[in-house]
Amino acid sequence: MSGEALVATGLSHGFAGVPVLDGIDLTVPRGGVLAILGPSGAGKTTLLAILGSLLVPDAGHVERPFERPAFVFQDPLLLPWRTARGNVAFALTGRRLSRAERLSRSRSMLVKVGLGQDEAGRYPHQLSGGMRKRVALARALAVEPDLLLLDEAFSALDVGLAREMQRLVRLDAQERGVTVVLVTHDLSEAVRLADQLVVLSGRPAHVACRVAIGRPSRLRDDAFVEAEIRRLAASEAIRDAFRPTLSG
Amino acid sequence: MAGRFWRQLFSGERRWAALGILAVLALWEAGHRAYGDFVLPSPLATLAVLGRLTLDGDLGPAILTTTRDALSGFLVATLIGSLLGGLAGRSTPLRAMLQPVATMLIGVPAIAWVVLSLLWFGGSGLAATFSVAVAVGPVVFAAAMQGTRTVDGSLRVMARSFRVPFHVLLADVYLPHVLSYLLPALGAALAMSWKVAVMAELLSGAGGIGDGLAAARAEVDTARTMAWVVVVVALLLIVERLIIEPVRRYFDTWRRGLPGEAP
Repeated sequence: MSGEALVATGLSHGFAGVPVLDGIDLTVPRGGVLAILGPSGAGKTTLLAILGSLLVPDAGHVERPFERPAFVFQDPLLLPWRTARGNVAFALTGRRLSRAERLSRSRSMLVKVGLGQDEAGRYPHQLSGGMRKRVALARALAVEPDLLLLDEAFSALDVGLAREMQRLVRLDAQERGVTVVLVTHDLSEAVRLADQLVVLSGRPAHVACRVAIGRPSRLRDDAFVEAEIRRLAASEAIRDAFRPTLSG
Repeated sequence: MAGRFWRQLFSGERRWAALGILAVLALWEAGHRAYGDFVLPSPLATLAVLGRLTLDGDLGPAILTTTRDALSGFLVATLIGSLLGGLAGRSTPLRAMLQPVATMLIGVPAIAWVVLSLLWFGGSGLAATFSVAVAVGPVVFAAAMQGTRTVDGSLRVMARSFRVPFHVLLADVYLPHVLSYLLPALGAALAMSWKVAVMAELLSGAGGIGDGLAAARAEVDTARTMAWVVVVVALLLIVERLIIEPVRRYFDTWRRGLPGEAP
């Protein structure tokens, strides 16, 4: 069972002696979508980096039965000396693919995130912030990941575009059974995409509450998302974690 | 046809460059008129001597020798300097060890290296190569180290997250950034190589432009001295325009975008 899931047990981590995470336990079944929520500075990004094996935790253990993890970072982190197309192809350099295959895959993935031939040939400094973010998303999806880690992946996009990109990720994940962990500030994003939510709070952060969303994500319409957000916002633990966001 | 050629040659910025050179020539001519042939021969007289040097067959071999000396030293400096600099940029102990050494080496005057290398290697061409390499190497080292040190850590993490192979990491994450530091330094280093090579030749007497300068000085022939100076300057300009500038422009593309592309 555990061989088929992302399992983290007792994760603790600190920076320069300051504890950031304290005893975090998580399980995401293969093909599941987990959203990590919490106020900024709660250690969400640190937790994501540990789950993606970019960071070794001070204590605890992660079982990670995946071969192709892919990240979308909070900053797009594109190579400034490569075009959008080259940046997507860069992620594929570890694969046994010809250069032509890499580039054609990059092009089609860029089209999927709404960037055409013209934008594909531009350098990052010639693209808008939202376009850069979409290139980073295309780069992650291009490797056909079995584990997708998203850190505020939709935050620089306007509402319509963010929805569209969320739909893209959801369809891609469902089609190929991708396990997704996403870090977000946005409760509606979490409710739209995730099967389970984990709210971090406190310093060092611990899991303040866990929520499961039963309805399959493709059946969640706006009314359901709104009702679900209202239900969640009524919960004490979530209100505490999101006080600055919900008070407005 | 010919008219268009001249118009293109002297259009825009080039016109101002030409004006600058003309001003220097005018000053030179004025100096000549004020102080006479012995102190400052006229540009025309210098040109005539240059012509004679060419006809006598002195110019070609001298240029070849100096080019060989300068470029061999430059090549050694570039290889060793960028390799050690690259390693020092990634390893703190190595950096702590090599940085003071480089600073010390930079502090030694180039002419001192020339004297030492003459004592060590005698009048062979090796003396010039060594002087150039040891004078220029630390400059390349410093630039390579600084470049490697300042590679964006988050880009490295990104590359690691996609499990990019090591050679791609070097070529696509490190190299472009390091080159943006290294190339301007290499331009300066190449110009410096030329000067140190001439200096070494001047003292070693093993041929080259420096040797020609020494001979002209021994015969108190100011016009020939000026002619050799003109040769060195012309060589420097040619190398700058033909090698350094195009390379720099090529690697700058990603900063400004490709020509003809939307900004």
